[in-house]
Amino acid sequence: MSSKTHWEAVIGLETHVQLNTQSKIFTAASTTFGDDPNTHIDPVVCGLPGTLPVLNQKVLEYSVKAAMALNLNIASHSKFDRKQYFYPDLPKNYQISQYDEPIAEEGWIEVEVAEKGKETYIKKIGIERLHMEEDAGKLVHAGSDRLDGSTHSLVDYNRAGVALAEIVSKPDLRTGREAAEYASEIRRIMRYLGVSDGNMQEGSLRCDVNISVRQGPNEPFGTKVEIKNMNSFSAIQKACEYEIQRQIKAYEEGEPILQETRLWDESKQFTKSMRSKEGASDYRYFPDPDLGPIEISIEQKEAWRKELPELPAQKRNRYREELGLSQYDARVLTEELAVTNYFEAAVLADADPKTASNWITGDLAAYVNSNKMTFAELPFSPESLAEMVQMIEGGKISGKIAKEILPELLSKGGSPKNIVEERGLGMISDPDTITSLIDEILNNHPEEVNAFKGGKKKLQGFFVGQLMKKTGGKADPKLSNQILNEKLNK
Amino acid sequence: MTKITEEDVRKVARLARLQLVDSEIETYTRQIEKILDYVDHLQKVNTKDIPPTTRAVEVVNKTREDNVQVSSSRDREELLELAPQREADFFRVPKIISES
Repeated sequence: MSSKTHWEAVIGLETHVQLNTQSKIFTAASTTFGDDPNTHIDPVVCGLPGTLPVLNQKVLEYSVKAAMALNLNIASHSKFDRKQYFYPDLPKNYQISQYDEPIAEEGWIEVEVAEKGKETYIKKIGIERLHMEEDAGKLVHAGSDRLDGSTHSLVDYNRAGVALAEIVSKPDLRTGREAAEYASEIRRIMRYLGVSDGNMQEGSLRCDVNISVRQGPNEPFGTKVEIKNMNSFSAIQKACEYEIQRQIKAYEEGEPILQETRLWDESKQFTKSMRSKEGASDYRYFPDPDLGPIEISIEQKEAWRKELPELPAQKRNRYREELGLSQYDARVLTEELAVTNYFEAAVLADADPKTASNWITGDLAAYVNSNKMTFAELPFSPESLAEMVQMIEGGKISGKIAKEILPELLSKGGSPKNIVEERGLGMISDPDTITSLIDEILNNHPEEVNAFKGGKKKLQGFFVGQLMKKTGGKADPKLSNQILNEKLNK
Repeated sequence: MTKITEEDVRKVARLARLQLVDSEIETYTRQIEKILDYVDHLQKVNTKDIPPTTRAVEVVNKTREDNVQVSSSRDREELLELAPQREADFFRVPKIISES
């Protein structure tokens, strides 16, 4: 087979989003993360006989809102099923999930794919379905660091029964970058909605990748491989990229691709086979007799729809079209909700959007990042930023002075106007004052004046520099240059 | 007519983690066959205009408020004690290699 064949990857993602409700999906036990093992268990969590699960109202609301934000159709009739498998992270030996009647189906999201050195493009990614299910507990393998060497396992059921929304994409993704962008857009949407914190390190957002390669867009799909264990967006991208190359190489060398689950090894940067028994997954789904079906009324749907916030893609479009920002700025500002909120508050306080955007993505972001805080915690309020931006535009202070007062504003907050007044930093824009300062400088530097008149026009910068030095950068630059021109060229 | 083979019964037993001897396989194959005969009988009923259901009592939208009831340390102790094996605050289980 020629190595010049054009291979194409076909990628789909299954994303598990932990819904941030206070209590678990079917019982009142707490969902708090990181507490002592088995502190959030009760008879329902442990699956004791005679207990009955009852659906958490908030789980339903969050799932429907998430589904609406993903442009999915909300089912008029939906039910819960039991997915049977034996593994000790599930006390009941089945997981309550949704099989053939999920809460929502057939949607899409718009993903902006940006990569260094490549043109940014927008792609619509189809979404197959969203369904509600319960999370499983956590196993600790005792006796050794490695699973192979452990003698037994210990189980913590704190996470068992925490509500999940599983979002299944269509196989519309073609590159590792697209997969990572899709996953990060899903997280952004969930955070905007406030239904999940999307923390990948704590496992509140988990992605499994299904991936195959084929020799062209019209060829049938190749054998599908599942990859798990990626805990960052860059890991998703790298795992896909590695796996695409591995599969292409296998095909070209005539090696078979096995339908299997592989684990991403972050430290070694490769995927390895889990060597699980094939054909063992026969989940024998059947409707859970303990839980009644869900039928969401049109009124309820409309009420929830009205509560949806403006979503990231809508914001990106609005920032470009109505505020005149670049695609890049719109993207950076909407990346995180705290930044977006900050920006919008500044614009609401009459800051010019483009100037506010420059400050926010520049100096402010640098400060926030180096201090490991969020924009919500920044002492410098968006209203004060607007005030400062207006002072620059109105010629009350120069950009240089703004940079000078910025450290105090960033660390302590306060009004830029007051700081400028207290420190006497206001711009000197009185022509007489500037004229007399310029006269003084020209008198003190006769040689430079002669050189200038002799043709060394570059010396204009020297005179401006002297003036700024004298005034501590407060002389109105436009006016200063104008007066200087008149003096030197007469 | 045979609806179920001994092979099917072995598979179902394996999925349910039931260890059966050959004579039991034979017995259960016969018994399940009878159950399926009865299902055949039920399927003769005309259900043309009757919507399908998954339960005997039709209830929809049974939900609860998102309120936490903190589990007491006594409840936790009781639950841990119910397990065949515990180790400190964990449930202890045999080492298992994933098959899911």
